[in-house]
Amino acid sequence: MSLTDILIQQLVNGLVLGSFYALVALGYTMIFGVIKLLNFAHGDIYMVGAFVGFGALSLVSGTIGAGWMGIFVAMFVAMIAVGFLGVVIEQVAYRPMLSAPRLSILITALAVSLVLQNAALALTDGQVTAFRTDLGFGGVSLGAVFVNYTQIVLVASAIVLMIGLELFVSRTMYGKAMRAVSLDKDMCRLMGINVQRVIAVTFFAGSALAAAAGVMAGVQYGRIWYFMGFLIGLKAFTAAVIGGIGSITGAMLGGLILGLLEAFATQIPHIGGEWKDVFTFGVLILVLVFKPTGLLGKSEVERM
Amino acid sequence: MSETVLSVRDIESFYGKIQALHGVTLEVRKGQIVALLGSNGAGKTTTLKTISGLVRAAAGEVQLQGKPITSLAAHTIARLGVVHVPEGRHVLKGLSVKENLELGAFTVRDAHVRAERMAHVFELFPRMAERRHQDASLLSGGEQQMLAIGRALMHGPEVLLLDEPSMGLAPKLVTDTMRIVKRLNETGVTILLVEQNARLALRLAHYGYVLENGQVRMQGSGEELRADERIIQAYLGGAE
Repeated sequence: MSLTDILIQQLVNGLVLGSFYALVALGYTMIFGVIKLLNFAHGDIYMVGAFVGFGALSLVSGTIGAGWMGIFVAMFVAMIAVGFLGVVIEQVAYRPMLSAPRLSILITALAVSLVLQNAALALTDGQVTAFRTDLGFGGVSLGAVFVNYTQIVLVASAIVLMIGLELFVSRTMYGKAMRAVSLDKDMCRLMGINVQRVIAVTFFAGSALAAAAGVMAGVQYGRIWYFMGFLIGLKAFTAAVIGGIGSITGAMLGGLILGLLEAFATQIPHIGGEWKDVFTFGVLILVLVFKPTGLLGKSEVERM
Repeated sequence: MSETVLSVRDIESFYGKIQALHGVTLEVRKGQIVALLGSNGAGKTTTLKTISGLVRAAAGEVQLQGKPITSLAAHTIARLGVVHVPEGRHVLKGLSVKENLELGAFTVRDAHVRAERMAHVFELFPRMAERRHQDASLLSGGEQQMLAIGRALMHGPEVLLLDEPSMGLAPKLVTDTMRIVKRLNETGVTILLVEQNARLALRLAHYGYVLENGQVRMQGSGEELRADERIIQAYLGGAE
């Protein structure tokens, strides 16, 4: 393989990885926007999404198979179910804490993360579950680079979801209300906006996107397990920080940048491969030191 | 006499343990401008916040067209038509002028009505039409006040609570703002106006209340209060 081929291959890998990061980072950043909480349980929401998707796919594969049709149905089911899970978590765990000191709600988020992880651990005995699909191994060749159709469809699905979110936030009244709530809650109340409901909708949307990413990860890597949300949660947080936490476009951009950085980092001689996580979190530290507001963030972002 | 739109009876409100209102009673009739005067810390803003539900009344009752609204959530009170333009305007910076106006009509289902009101606001404030696609943070203080009032009109208020609309504005803009308040009232909007500038407020108001330490100290028609020696001494800075 020539260097160009390697770079193209990593570009493709980076796009796939980056779209997962972006989808999870979106929820991070949206939830931060409306209640100024770093929802450390968000990676585990992604994990639950993968398992719900797996369960749904097992149920429907008998009738419509485990091809794209089945996968999209499973993804849809996972998004709805996990969206509601997000709303329940918000109402049960976070809402009572909203007027408490900021640190308390952050600790609550860590607790929710542990609850979700341990529930999944108990239900699966900590075993890795094979996420089987009927997808073939077809694809297209670009010179020496082979891109399989699965990767193409996954990236396309992620893009469709992100466009959908962008339209929701910029065109619909609820989307505009979501942005307004992140700016000034009391003013929103005075305009007749039910702030609690907007927060619930935000949790629904953010959790649904994470669930979609979880199902996509199951499809792409073929294996899911209870701990899969931990690392991606931290990386999505990194992506959100790179993009500027609170900024929706920033989260998409940050996810993509991080995915590409990681993919290309594997190719750096001597420090590639195993060191990619060090690379990622090194970038997080650099961003926090030199541009804590991220690429598109506003300067009034609150420090935790 | 026209019907009572808003009636406030003996409300008491607290910030934590500090009591800000000690039984405030006032009434706003349909089509009136009612001025709420008083020095800093007298409880003017708290009275508005208690009416709109941002601050919970510990005692007393607020009625809108005869129905109690005291225990309702702020967004429900707004839906019923009590529209509060808070001190400092609170335009949503980061959203465009047009989006700010659209959100003012968040509770209005009918797209036709929304479009009509938007046209009305643009007619009233041509500057807003010119700047509709700009971010609200780029507006000057006077323009932000126009946006805040325009946004309230999008809602279609039964009663408009205006908190210090002239605050922080240049003298010419203060006069402009007061002219706008008068014009709104002439088109049928009922207004409860909180104002530091008692002289200007009493020139417009049909009726006025003077708050002191969380209680109503004086009340009367605009002319009566303007002629009152005590008011002249305390709020109008001596003889006119």
